[in-house]
Amino acid sequence: MNAHVNHKEWPLWEVFIRSRNGLDHKHCGSLHAVDAAMALKNARDVFTRRMEGVSVWVVRADDIVASDPDVKPEMFDPAADKIYRHPTFYTLPDEVNHM
Amino acid sequence: MNTLTAPVSAAHLNYLLRIADSSLILGHRLSEWCGHGPVIEEDIALTNVALDLIGQARALYTHAGASEGRDRDEDVFAFNRPQEEFCNVSMVELPNGDYACTIVRNFLFTAFQRELWVALHSSPDAALAQIAAKSVKETRYHVQHASDWTVRMGDGTDESHARMQRALDYLWPYTAEFFSASLDDGEIAMSGIGPVWASLETGWRKAVLPLLDVATLQIPTRTAFVSRGKEGTHGEHMQTLLNEMQFLQRAHPNCKW
Repeated sequence: MNAHVNHKEWPLWEVFIRSRNGLDHKHCGSLHAVDAAMALKNARDVFTRRMEGVSVWVVRADDIVASDPDVKPEMFDPAADKIYRHPTFYTLPDEVNHM
Repeated sequence: MNTLTAPVSAAHLNYLLRIADSSLILGHRLSEWCGHGPVIEEDIALTNVALDLIGQARALYTHAGASEGRDRDEDVFAFNRPQEEFCNVSMVELPNGDYACTIVRNFLFTAFQRELWVALHSSPDAALAQIAAKSVKETRYHVQHASDWTVRMGDGTDESHARMQRALDYLWPYTAEFFSASLDDGEIAMSGIGPVWASLETGWRKAVLPLLDVATLQIPTRTAFVSRGKEGTHGEHMQTLLNEMQFLQRAHPNCKW
């Protein structure tokens, strides 16, 4: 896989931003940088110009292990008809709201 | 907000304009990189810095206009003044050069601005103190950005090191003007509006020299050269810059869009 990497390009980093305290970091894009410090700085400049965030994570795109799109049928389709895995068959007491 | 009564003294006004003009002219120079940055991430980073600097200038011009009491607004200060009325330090009007030159200038000048903003926190000119409090956060980031690149390129390849050293040799003599005496110094010291710039040299050197050392760059020896942009005496590049920056208002006075 690394045979395809163009070593003249800076490595690719994926950027995750938390927009407010209490919320999750969300993937918002990617950028190029030579190391983690530069990736964080670039992420600040590229993705938080309009007050989008209070916290930034960056991770080397190479370090993300992704599922193979070709095995989607066996990975995900079997879940489609297992409706009993959703907790929708319980009757909840009235006192329990917001489930 | 501003507890001082307009009009303020000429020395006070000049003091504000020296800071504002230096921010504006460097902001304009950095805006020239827009669309030409070495990588898109840096293109955006430098444009951010440019916008911060122009924002600082706008706030200071608006305050200067109100303090002066002659109805001049930010646009009049930026677009309708001739070259000799600009009192930015000469370093900021120099052409961008290569990326090394751009970065070294940003490092040397924003490190100076940081000293200035911090000292202005306690200015009796309340509006100026407020602008300083906002600007110091921006400037701290500008210094960080320039510092990172100074070390990366200074302590980088033979080529990047050579370019950084060349940029430092070229720009270093212009730092003398940051701390050179001005005619207004006596009055500024008396009124306490802000620090006399000469007093900022020790702090600036303490911040700048160690980083240049980390970047493996040699500090050039001091020369007798002192540029005089602060007094309105500019170099050959200033008029070309103003021609471009002021073109629209000169060609179509008071135009709006």
